[in-house]
Amino acid sequence: MNDVAMSEKFKIQPPAKPEDQTTPAMTKIAVRNLDFYYGASHALQSVSLDFPEKQVTAIIGPSGCGKSTLLRVLNKMYSGYAGLSATGEVLLDGDNVLAPGYSINRLRAKVGMVFQKPVPFPMTIYENIAYGIRHHEKLSRSEMDERVEQALRGAALWDEVKNKLKASGLGLSGGQQQRLCIARSLAVKPEVLLLDEPTSALDPISTGKIEELIAELREQYTIIIVTHNMQQAARCSDFTAYMYMGELVEFGPTDDVFMHPKKKQTQDYITGRFG
Amino acid sequence: MQGDHSSKQYDLDLEAIRSRVLLMGGLVESQINDAIHAFRVGNVALADAAIKADENVNQLEVTLDDACSHLIVKRQPAANDLRTVMATLKIITDLERVGDEATKVARTAIRLHKRGAVGVLDHYESVRVMGGGASEMLHEALDAFARLDHKQAVRIISQDEVVNYEFRTAMRTMITFMMEDPRTISTALDVLWVAKALERIGDHAKSIAEYVIFIVEGKDIRHTDHLPPPAPDAVHEDGH
Repeated sequence: MNDVAMSEKFKIQPPAKPEDQTTPAMTKIAVRNLDFYYGASHALQSVSLDFPEKQVTAIIGPSGCGKSTLLRVLNKMYSGYAGLSATGEVLLDGDNVLAPGYSINRLRAKVGMVFQKPVPFPMTIYENIAYGIRHHEKLSRSEMDERVEQALRGAALWDEVKNKLKASGLGLSGGQQQRLCIARSLAVKPEVLLLDEPTSALDPISTGKIEELIAELREQYTIIIVTHNMQQAARCSDFTAYMYMGELVEFGPTDDVFMHPKKKQTQDYITGRFG
Repeated sequence: MQGDHSSKQYDLDLEAIRSRVLLMGGLVESQINDAIHAFRVGNVALADAAIKADENVNQLEVTLDDACSHLIVKRQPAANDLRTVMATLKIITDLERVGDEATKVARTAIRLHKRGAVGVLDHYESVRVMGGGASEMLHEALDAFARLDHKQAVRIISQDEVVNYEFRTAMRTMITFMMEDPRTISTALDVLWVAKALERIGDHAKSIAEYVIFIVEGKDIRHTDHLPPPAPDAVHEDGH
């Protein structure tokens, strides 16, 4: 073998770039100069960031930094409470959901939410899923069965509950209840899934299952997860936002934020030097 | 190191690792200085001591590897802490290899002086500058690691060229000796072994300097031909 052939044989190919790096993700939700007030308390201060479509974005930060507030504003969870107000824009596919004319029903169908503590309705497993669907659509019995199965499969729960759909949702384990809540959100075919500390009440095995699920769901949904668990943010997300005292300090690809954060404040927080 | 953690134990663990790396560095430095001195004057006892010291260096490599694994398991370090632990693991390997090179120099010193071949050529002169250069590079690299001084690290990297140049000069000189008088061959080969060991020590010191830049700036400059422009700060101090 001559030198050229030899060098060709052992030529090291540069690693192929992952697809999501060559084609930048589209923005699903664009937050523009968002301020939020709990009465006189200024909880979010001029927050602007773009949540990329079909990617997982983690929001991290110490307690009281405004991360859950931001998540709730995306779903207008504050509406109906006196004294709470938001200014600025939250553009979902370009439409400002904070505008008075934007229908809450339409928003909640598009943006699902799962909370820290699983709260199944006191109904059967089947009804837990069907309840939300009936609110939005009229489906025949067989269509409904299919949709319930689809949602439970989507939340990786089907195999565990398929033989006890008529049993109460409250009888499931904590991890199963949380996946039931995720299935309930998926049932109405949302485009965005908001997860507020979805595993903080779960044991490591259930946490692992939810994290696996997040990895599967990111193919179809835009996911935004608030977490106190930094390793979870590093494992599950494509992008990370660090917030402190109601302000967005840093936002970028997760690998960059955890390996080479640009701001000292972010570095201090993720390395445990925080105050 | 770079500000205190909320967990004091984390700081203590990191500091314990750092100080043991510096202890290992100090041992290796004495080892190489003793070996060079033994080579120069023919002090066999000193050469033996340098060889014996390698056992301690090897033991420290094992202990420090273990301490780093434990720190990773317990703390899951991120950002600059992660870079520090990764770089430390590599620095330990480099230091252990410097210890091996020092042992080679010491063994050659014993062989050369026991054979009584000293005098056929000035065995020390050809490696005098290299010895000083490699030893100084190692000292500076450990200093840069202790202070996390990336500017000093950049200077060390450029010093490696000087040591490499001296190695090529020594090689040419020895070849000339061997061609002119075959009686010098054994001694000239011994000198070449020592020169090669010193040249490798320069390379290891350069690697340590590169890891210091990785810790401070987060840039991996290994296997690149250019030095990074001096960056004032890796992380913006102004916050946001």
